[in-house]
Amino acid sequence: MRYEAPTTVEAAVSLLSAEAGLAKVLSGGTDLLVQMRMGMMEPDLIVDTKRIPGFGDIVEENGGYRVGGAVPSAELNEHAGFTAMYPGVAEGADLIGSTQVQGRATITGNLCNAGPAADSVPCAVAVGCVARIAGPNGKRDVAIEDIPQAPGKTSLEKGELVESLFFPAKPANTGDAYLRFIPRTEMDIAVAGCGISITLDDTGTCTAAKVAIGAVAIKVLVVDEAAQALIGTKVDEAALDALASACSAAAKPITDKRGTVEFRKEVVGVLAKRAAKIALDRAKGA
Amino acid sequence: MASSTGEAPESKGTHQYQPRDFKVVGTTPLRPDGVDKVTGRARFGADMNLPGQLVGKVLRSPHPHAKLVSIDTSEAEALPGVKAVVTRDDFAENEAHHDILCNIMARDKVLYEGHAVAAVAATSRAIALKALKKIKVVYDILPHVTDVDEAMKADAPILHDDMFTHGVDPMPTTASNIAGRCEFGHGDVDAGFEQADIIIERNFKTAATHQGYIEPHACVATVTSDDYGELWGCTQGHFVLRNVSASLVGMDVSKLRVTASEIGGGFGGKTTVFLEPVCLMLAKKSGKPVKMAMTRDEVFKASGPTASSSMDVKIGCTKDGRITAGFAEVRYQGGAFRGAPADFGAMCAFACYALENVKAIGWEVVTNRPKGAAYRAPGAPMSVYAVESVVDELAKAIDMDPIDFRLKNAARNGDKSSYGPKFESLGLVETLEAAKNHPNYQIPLGPNQGRGVASGFWFNFGGETCSTLNVNQDGTVAISVGTPDIGGSRASMCQMAAEELGIPYDQVRAIVTDTSSLGFNDTTEGSRVTFSSGMAVIFAAREIIGKLCERAAMMWDIPVEAVKWEEGKAIPAGANAGDFEPLTLAEIADAAGGTGGPIAGHHEYNADGAGVSFGTHLVDTEVDPETGFVKILRYTVIQDAGKAIHPSYVEGQFQGGAVQGIGWALNEEYIYGDDGKLQNAGFLDYRLPVASDLPMIDTVIVEVPNPGHPYGVRGVGETGIVPPLAAIANSVSDAANLRMTELPMSPPRILKAIHQAEAAE
Ligand SMILES: Cc1cc2nc3c(=O)[nH]c(=O)nc-3n(C[C@H](O)[C@H](O)[C@H](O)COP(=O)(O)OP(=O)(O)OC[C@H]3O[C@@H](n4cnc5c(N)ncnc54)[C@H](O)[C@@H]3O)c2cc1C
Repeated sequence: MRYEAPTTVEAAVSLLSAEAGLAKVLSGGTDLLVQMRMGMMEPDLIVDTKRIPGFGDIVEENGGYRVGGAVPSAELNEHAGFTAMYPGVAEGADLIGSTQVQGRATITGNLCNAGPAADSVPCAVAVGCVARIAGPNGKRDVAIEDIPQAPGKTSLEKGELVESLFFPAKPANTGDAYLRFIPRTEMDIAVAGCGISITLDDTGTCTAAKVAIGAVAIKVLVVDEAAQALIGTKVDEAALDALASACSAAAKPITDKRGTVEFRKEVVGVLAKRAAKIALDRAKGA
Repeated sequence: MASSTGEAPESKGTHQYQPRDFKVVGTTPLRPDGVDKVTGRARFGADMNLPGQLVGKVLRSPHPHAKLVSIDTSEAEALPGVKAVVTRDDFAENEAHHDILCNIMARDKVLYEGHAVAAVAATSRAIALKALKKIKVVYDILPHVTDVDEAMKADAPILHDDMFTHGVDPMPTTASNIAGRCEFGHGDVDAGFEQADIIIERNFKTAATHQGYIEPHACVATVTSDDYGELWGCTQGHFVLRNVSASLVGMDVSKLRVTASEIGGGFGGKTTVFLEPVCLMLAKKSGKPVKMAMTRDEVFKASGPTASSSMDVKIGCTKDGRITAGFAEVRYQGGAFRGAPADFGAMCAFACYALENVKAIGWEVVTNRPKGAAYRAPGAPMSVYAVESVVDELAKAIDMDPIDFRLKNAARNGDKSSYGPKFESLGLVETLEAAKNHPNYQIPLGPNQGRGVASGFWFNFGGETCSTLNVNQDGTVAISVGTPDIGGSRASMCQMAAEELGIPYDQVRAIVTDTSSLGFNDTTEGSRVTFSSGMAVIFAAREIIGKLCERAAMMWDIPVEAVKWEEGKAIPAGANAGDFEPLTLAEIADAAGGTGGPIAGHHEYNADGAGVSFGTHLVDTEVDPETGFVKILRYTVIQDAGKAIHPSYVEGQFQGGAVQGIGWALNEEYIYGDDGKLQNAGFLDYRLPVASDLPMIDTVIVEVPNPGHPYGVRGVGETGIVPPLAAIANSVSDAANLRMTELPMSPPRILKAIHQAEAAE
């Protein structure tokens, strides 16, 4: 097994492209190293991104934020501008593990690990986060919901890595929120999760919304019907019930040691409702 | 006043208790092992290393049930760096410890996923793991069964073709998975039910849980070429470990010296052997020290969790709340071998109540799961959960306060217990009264909140014990005990010695010695250490007092009868004895070289008189009606400690029992797939409560002295886990207005029950 820590994206891409065996990108390592310790995988090459300039930076761009691929969630959550703009995304990232884990864990890693229960992903999806991908054929920008495909599987091609995540400028009167359900209060994995973004007009009518649900399918799901249930309403009880039903209907969970199909379908709707209320308050500037 | 004439102590019987004013007992000094534990310096099982040690690893069965057709280790042995491989062929048959032998290294069959099949010692972990992959095992896969009720069926796959149910007359002639049946009780339950105005009958199920100790099993062993062995490791009982391991490896007991390391939790799970005989055998075969440590996955799959259960309970009472009859039938599976604690379950089920008509039947069952080990009050929490749930429902049905209902039926001094003997001294009523008067019982509840009460009982144990006290030349005292300290017992030992001798706590130091330095000691189990080792320390200290008086008499040249010991000093017994300045322990110790040499006290006995302990728990919960999530709002443990030697560590036991009970009640469970494999062998999906799940656990220490101990001590380690399952279930039932009959009450189960209740309305 080789460990490389290149100092340019190009070098990282060529290392990844050239490796005949299993090549893995290492950001915080809080998934990768654990999986290696458990004997779940034995990479031939590990490419650490933390020495690449820019990967550790959070920079303003067009009124939004570009977050480097190796920014640990602890740093993101201490960034006053980012947390003020997207408190829901920050809350999702803040749920990952513990303070110690967050000192390393990145949103990019959370996304690229492609676990359906990734906590920082649904709300990032809801606010329209776009990943910049570097690869042998140059760079491309992709909506992050298109990256995870199935547990442990992404749409990234051989030699590609995520360089940064772009969170676009937040429209006026917009609020976001993320809630997950776990049977305990900490150190657990989501049984269901929902990230939501709501935009209102001056009269308090919802003009735009995006709803993403986690841990209830093989990957994060964007539920258009759920967004439609809110758009054009004042996000009243009836709209919230419709939102919950849409999320429950869209969920395609499995029964496993963490929960049953019925439970997950029902609870994802409950979470959607509760998250929508928080997002609504935030959109109203409360 | 602390005074003694030092006559030979009477160690048997139940009339030891003498009231006294304590100076050191009842205070809360720092434990001697505390600083090392919080700074990381304490040496636990895996912290001992020997020069040239090898790494030992175990190959485990991937199948829950299979014939072990053949094991070919030749390729593994040929791998460079591999120094020894052991299999069943290295262990001779052993009649005395047959089941343990079959458990530590599978013989004809593998009986559960994770069952040890072979072990390797190699120069590195990587080589050892590689060698495991090179061992070729041929399995003949058999059908398996992991559920207790399924395992009892006539057509179930049979684990042992020589298992004929004990306790059934006549003994069956066909083999089954039912290891035994037992029955306890008295009176006529049928007649009792006739007298009842209300009868409630329910079935309950509880999942198997693990003790969840943080430290995985670990040990280091070395065997010399002339067959002397030494072993260091984490265990609750190094004497028993020594005896069993020596026997399985084929050594004389005198040739094996075992030292117990600091221990990162045991709760009963470290009362038996798993790795140790294998480690010794690898060390013997390789001629090198071998270290072994389980991974967390191995701890879950191949150590000793507790039983899962299936239970029927029927209780009847009159309209004014008198229980007329109680019946329970409990079925426990305890893994692949005999030993499910169905007997204790049946005995404890109704122990809180003075009943005219009571009957409890226990069924001990084997399944394709790891062989169970003890877990804090083994067997009691489940049956008490079932009984206390029905008691709660009866109290509700007749609209009586649940504590009043229990007070009305509570066992009192002189009552015949539900399991046979007559109770002599017990503090159940005191705990119930303290619960009723506790401010937490009065706090108003909000929406979706509920309050639950339950009581519980544990026998407690005395057992074989042997301790030595040595007086050092500077007047300090060294205590040697043979019972590993898993709950702060060294501090308590020091307090009791200091109390007797009349010297300050910090002049006494206690250690747990190795097996070659003391006579046999039973394991740290049965809540016995502060009681039994503590009493041995008290008696050894009294022996020392006798000797100190003799030495003083010698120094003063007066008869020993004319000397007495008071507040840490020898003084003349009266005016006629002469006029001498008191001699302190330090002064006598300093002069000991001239008065006969070293001064030591020793006590060895089989302690009896362990007092029973009862507790009552109060718990408030809030149930989220939309998700089934349970939040513990308030929790109060009220338990009889007899006498709390070190009140903080008594509270620690109360709180620890409650917290383990909370985990058992709400989320912990061994989850098996249809493939007979454990689905959640790790702390991510085996959900122990985390700190943020818990409120501060309030405690009330009730002290009804145990007549069998000089200070009145009762064991406190186990009773605390008996009431919580029921108390929490009762609280959740109150909060959600339904009755949960299956543990754990995980959110999916609660939400389902809420919907069923809605549908029924
Ligand atoms: C104790 C503990 C608790 C946890 N709790 C949670 C929790 O509550 N919620 C939760 O969602 N997760 C949790 N996790 C999982 C983990 O911490 C998160 O998924 C984290 O965000 C992963 O980020 P990382 O930077 O450490 O990823 P890494 O381990 O570095 O990488 C994860 C995966 O993504 C790939 N990858 C990393 N960076 C890139 C890149 N730039 N381009 C392409 N692929 C890349 C890696 O190759 C690997 O496959 C927990 C982990 C631990 C150890």
